[in-house]
Amino acid sequence: MAMKTSSAKFKERVDEGLHNDFMRMAVSSAQERLHGRRLTAVDELGNWEDWRSLGQEIRQHVLANLDFYLHQLAENVSKRGGLVFFAETAEEASGYIKDVIVNKKAKKIVKSKSMVTEEINLNAALEAIGLDVVETDLGEYILQVDDHDPPSHIVAPALHKNKEQIREVFKEKLGYTQTEKPEELTAHVRGILRKDFLSADVGITGCNFAIAETGSIGLVTNEGNADLVTALPKTQITVMGMERLVPTFDEFEVLVSLLTRSAVGQRLTSYITALTGPRDEGDVDGPEEFHLVIVDNGRSSILGTEFQSVLQCIRCAACINVCPVYRQVGGHSYGSIYPGPIGAVLSPLLGGYDDFKELPYASTLCAACTEACPVKIPLHDLLRKHREVIVEKEKMAPFSEKMAMKAFGIGAASPMLYKFGSKMVPSAMSPFKTGDSISKGPGPLKSWTESREFPAPGKESFRDWFKNREKGGNPS
Amino acid sequence: MKGTIHNEESFLANIAKNLGRPVIIEGISLPVWKNSPQREVLKQATPNELVEELQEQCKRVHTEFHLTDSTQVKHRLNQVIEQLGNGPLIIPKDDRFSEYELDDLLLEKDTFVWDHQAGRKNIEKAERANIGITFSEMTLAESATVVLFNSKDHGRSISFLPSCHVSIIPKSTIVPRMTQAAAAIRSKVSRGEVIPSCINFITGPSNSADIEMDLVVGVHGPIKAVYIVVEDK
Repeated sequence: MAMKTSSAKFKERVDEGLHNDFMRMAVSSAQERLHGRRLTAVDELGNWEDWRSLGQEIRQHVLANLDFYLHQLAENVSKRGGLVFFAETAEEASGYIKDVIVNKKAKKIVKSKSMVTEEINLNAALEAIGLDVVETDLGEYILQVDDHDPPSHIVAPALHKNKEQIREVFKEKLGYTQTEKPEELTAHVRGILRKDFLSADVGITGCNFAIAETGSIGLVTNEGNADLVTALPKTQITVMGMERLVPTFDEFEVLVSLLTRSAVGQRLTSYITALTGPRDEGDVDGPEEFHLVIVDNGRSSILGTEFQSVLQCIRCAACINVCPVYRQVGGHSYGSIYPGPIGAVLSPLLGGYDDFKELPYASTLCAACTEACPVKIPLHDLLRKHREVIVEKEKMAPFSEKMAMKAFGIGAASPMLYKFGSKMVPSAMSPFKTGDSISKGPGPLKSWTESREFPAPGKESFRDWFKNREKGGNPS
Repeated sequence: MKGTIHNEESFLANIAKNLGRPVIIEGISLPVWKNSPQREVLKQATPNELVEELQEQCKRVHTEFHLTDSTQVKHRLNQVIEQLGNGPLIIPKDDRFSEYELDDLLLEKDTFVWDHQAGRKNIEKAERANIGITFSEMTLAESATVVLFNSKDHGRSISFLPSCHVSIIPKSTIVPRMTQAAAAIRSKVSRGEVIPSCINFITGPSNSADIEMDLVVGVHGPIKAVYIVVEDK
């Protein structure tokens, strides 16, 4: 799957999303759960703002000195016997990986979830030469079995499917005969994938954070699939976006803590693993050969621009989990492997404005994303900057441009918090308000309000509202 | 064996060009970060309070918790093994099993001790084992996490392939959080020690919420996790 997940037009995708009630129910309930867990996990720390500031400072320092840290990483990986390949383009990266696999005469490949391998379209390149590539993250596996249905969320890729749909897919494709209980569906997959882990020739992983000082690769999962992918096959290939690294173990642990709390509201996930080089002499498990592929694929052209801060991203999806637009339209509407606010900023930068010019408008500029971001990326500012570029330089404002600008424009300075965890500017929305709901929204809101009334922003802050709700107070 | 590096020069040159400066590959030192909230967590906690925190957190990560002392550890481990349905067991080659006088117990059970000279057989044994038993090197109270250093005597498969994972936690290994574990690893690095090729931070059993955000425990790794904290002698 490349960056682009659909050839349908933006409006058609949104329409399809809005009319898929199954998906919309699944998305809103998942959003609420993930968002609630995250709030609990960050509130219990009591000084979350200090954590965010530290995360931001570490990420900014690494980006400003990226060449230094990449050099240090490469040297240390190589010292431990690893093979490092720097790839400027998606084609170079997947070409290299393909060559490694062909040289090994490998047949079966197991993979753990990795957005960057989606981005470089790796599976298609490998399947095209007849290789058996098995995704081992449960969510990714479900999508793969369902004829490569695209992911709709970067942490929970199959979030748009309910358990009955998954049972039907398994019944048809895997001869599954049990019920739709998640335990039974999962146990079935465990049995199938255990055999794949044990028989695979090559394991491919992404990389949550590489550690420059030791040449280590940090992997974060709950399932433990990345550990089996790297423990059992003889060859390990790790693919990392070039900005995904930290100076030392000290910063690694800080960013892992930010990631796990922000992504799933856990203090740590079940499995966090730091792998350094191939297996040591005498080791029985772990790979005999370790390749690290460091991918640019358009990232370097973001450096030094007003969009540089987007490269601070640690792929936690907290912004997606609070976004009111994502909630309404679902992940597939974005037409990119990166949905939600981060996708609306990143996709046009990595994939170009031609394909993704609508995405910066799929936002209310409510700033909930910015507030949720654990490394303080000013996401809503970057969305507005995209709109400026699209209008001024690219001369291709998509739709309702004037309306959207008028309604949400630069007056978004002191936003009020929005009813379900997002923020919006009540003054900007007031021309469209009828009572407590918005019936004719501007720009991107228009499509939703055609099918439903959109609740109007309240004056109470979200945190106050949330606390009141817990005390049994008025839920609005 | 030293590895290789391809295409580095042009790749880094491109980065530096976009950053608007010449390539830098040396001379950067770590700044002193303005905030250090990670050092505040459980900062004042006594060893007993750390045990309490660990116990509390175990409830949240679906992990059974036991507290015992060195005279009772054998008895307690036996109970745990029986509750989990007995062997086959797999353990690393680790002197601490003798130190805690567990050898007799493990001999009675169907126990395989990791033996790097036996090669692939180790993995087959781990795959068939009901329980893998490890000692935690460092234990993080905040998150209920055990830290394992893998090596030729301590295969990665021991904590991943069996249906259950039992970790024995000497009380002195308990620290507030990952911050202290990271610092300990860094001090190894600064002493010039080679860090293990695989360091695991394991928190409870394997799980997933990929189907309708419902938590399912036991996906690819162990379905059950048990921690046994042992008071120091």
